[in-house]
Amino acid sequence: MPNNRREFLKYSLLAGGAALSGCARPTLPDDSGDRLVGPPGYDVPAGHFFTAAERELVDAAVGRLIPADELGPGALEAGVREFIDRQLSGPYGRAERWYMSGPWHDGSEEQGYQMRYSPAELYRHCIPRVDAWCRDRYGGNFAELRAAQQDETLSALENGAIDLGVFDPRDFFRMLWQNAREGFLADPMYGGNQQFIGWKLIGFPGPRYNYARYITQYGKPYPLPTTGLLGRGGTSV
Amino acid sequence: MVKHRSADVVLVGFGQSASLLAQELTETGLEVLALERGGPRRTSEEFAIPWVQDELRFAIRNELFEQPHRTTVSFRHNARQRSLPMRHLGSFNPGTGVGGAAVHWNGQHWRFLPHDFELRSRTVEQYGAGFIPDDMTIQDWGVTYAELEPWYDKFDYICGVSGQAGNLRGEIQAGGNPFEGPRSRPYPLPPLKRDLLSTMFDRAAIEVGDHPFPGPASNTSKPYKNAYGVQMGACTYCGFCEWHGCGNYSKASPQTTILPVLLEKPNFACRTHAAVTRINLDSTGTRAVSVNYVDMQGEEHEQPGDLIIVSAYATHNVHLLLVSGIGRPYDPRSGKGVVGRNYAYQTVSSVDVFTHENLNPFMGAGALGQIVDDYNSGNFDHGRHGFIGGGYIASWTTGQRPIGQMVIPHDAPGWGSGWKRAAKENYLRGTSLATHGSSMAYRDAYLDLDPAYRDVYGNPLLRVTFDFHENDLKMSDFLTRQLTAIARAMKPRAYHANPVARHYSIVPYQTTHNTGGAIMGNDPETSVVNRYLQCWDVPNLFVVGASAFPQNAGYNPNGTVGALSLWAADAIRSRYLKSPGPLVQA
Repeated sequence: MPNNRREFLKYSLLAGGAALSGCARPTLPDDSGDRLVGPPGYDVPAGHFFTAAERELVDAAVGRLIPADELGPGALEAGVREFIDRQLSGPYGRAERWYMSGPWHDGSEEQGYQMRYSPAELYRHCIPRVDAWCRDRYGGNFAELRAAQQDETLSALENGAIDLGVFDPRDFFRMLWQNAREGFLADPMYGGNQQFIGWKLIGFPGPRYNYARYITQYGKPYPLPTTGLLGRGGTSV
Repeated sequence: MVKHRSADVVLVGFGQSASLLAQELTETGLEVLALERGGPRRTSEEFAIPWVQDELRFAIRNELFEQPHRTTVSFRHNARQRSLPMRHLGSFNPGTGVGGAAVHWNGQHWRFLPHDFELRSRTVEQYGAGFIPDDMTIQDWGVTYAELEPWYDKFDYICGVSGQAGNLRGEIQAGGNPFEGPRSRPYPLPPLKRDLLSTMFDRAAIEVGDHPFPGPASNTSKPYKNAYGVQMGACTYCGFCEWHGCGNYSKASPQTTILPVLLEKPNFACRTHAAVTRINLDSTGTRAVSVNYVDMQGEEHEQPGDLIIVSAYATHNVHLLLVSGIGRPYDPRSGKGVVGRNYAYQTVSSVDVFTHENLNPFMGAGALGQIVDDYNSGNFDHGRHGFIGGGYIASWTTGQRPIGQMVIPHDAPGWGSGWKRAAKENYLRGTSLATHGSSMAYRDAYLDLDPAYRDVYGNPLLRVTFDFHENDLKMSDFLTRQLTAIARAMKPRAYHANPVARHYSIVPYQTTHNTGGAIMGNDPETSVVNRYLQCWDVPNLFVVGASAFPQNAGYNPNGTVGALSLWAADAIRSRYLKSPGPLVQA
């Protein structure tokens, strides 16, 4: 897809997302008064968390986790970086609902996440270290590497073989892969799954209201087109 | 501290139990006040279609659930390990806000079996006392199925449960669960429409000799006016029950079955954003006089009441007793004390199946599916198996949300083009079948207060000390084998069993079925509340919910939570109010 077309989509998308946030969250949150201090960038509008260097790595990484191939476009084309960027600049990125009080100790696998860092902080600290590892090993940042080298790097992260200082590389990989799948398969109004790329790949028709007459038509493909919370355009009503 | 005028009845929490108790007790003319830590939630606003069908917001980012930054639990496997806080949700999703977890449940609406309520005595009778492992602390409930049946029945007719009776007043009915306890009436609604997976599972289960039947569903198969006169609409199989609210007035919840009537009553009020932090006793320690709560601005309030009912989520009920110093805390070393004793959970496993047929798994309802109950509770001979308990096996078709519930073959690549191909080839033709097993009580599985971590209100966190035990692992592996036989008989392209892990983990979601810690019984030495859920030590305090289960059965708990709530409400109405005091002499 030409760049200017992508840019256009992205900006019209941001406008849609901003308008929506007013009407899609009618619940008064019961979390006022004790917000956790966020990472750098926590107080800027949605969609502006990543630095230029971070954007490059994340685009390249999600493009390998869910690549464009003979089955069609992948996470890059679906706007997954945009999705992650927005998520990290919001309450999820700030771990706003997580229990983030000390004391801090390492625990067993079964005790779950015990790091004192929010998802946004994890990305901010890990990305330059991954790039440094790539420069050291391959002579270039992650985004500059060949696909096979990028895959090697992601495997090394997944297997805990990249030193990220105090961070467990496996935690960063798990979070990146979880967020990539979220962006690929969440409603397009969150910035990923553009043109329903993810949903069309797997055959999910979106939030349809009434299957009463279809659920007993065994084995038949569901006939109606894919739709999103903002309608069949996915990003605007 | 803001002091409020006294209410006749103060309810802590405003979920399933509290809404039933409020509806019943306001009928007597009493002034009832519910204190709810979360916000108000209305079907037409918060659960409006299509906004409620948003997997990211509700299922992944946990919009309707407890927020750990306010309060959470700490967890460890055993007393030698350091407990650490559950920093984000995983294994279970307690609710917050009006309606509680009954807003985001699936609607899998079960009755426990007669056997379950008398588990200890029936086990001893059938297999001898030596059959019960030394460290297993199971006990009878102090109430029988026959006593609870009218309240199970009433709750069925409040919720508009869809299903096929298997035992009507002792007569076995074709197509229902032949193992269930006798029902006084049929289900209020016929079973849901049957989807393809259900028909495939049904056929395979019959082929291997089991007795499948439609799952009991608090999802309406037809329009329904319930026992309180509230109108519900027919389910549209939109596939967004679990972890979402219902925008179609089809899944039973306080919002769809009770609140339209209750909220109109002049003698009922609910204060939201009121997080109860303590129950205050008088100087004798035998009478509850008030509760303290914190509002949205952090201001503290004191609310007096004549009758105080703790009706929050199971773990919160126990936590509130512990921080208030009510009842003797359980000591695992001596085995003495009661509050926190007999914490139990659920033991689950699954088998992934990959079919030749297109299943359209996104069409579904939270409790749509076929069930095999042949291996639950007392339904089979345990003697040759050497374990206590059991569970049901199910083909639930709940909607298969793309991010969280897509099933791909275990040997497919974890990411990259291989993952993408596996997702494309299997989303419509893959699903997961479930076993849902019991969880026995053990001497070393309990709840107490954490010494190191505190919640946002300054109270110590509740500490969960729990791991799976050999008996339950054996039981679950047995269920997994039975399920695997059914999966094989479905003749899929491939199948793969995911047996229960050897050790409990707080990380992956399993069930929101935490039970025990304030259990019911006939002996104050081994229970916190009597058979009417009245606190032994403080007779004007009732503690209602799954915290009262002495151990957990192989079913989802909410049907029994509802029946116990109505049973307790009836005891209060018909007996306690006439003569306030202990309903059972210790």
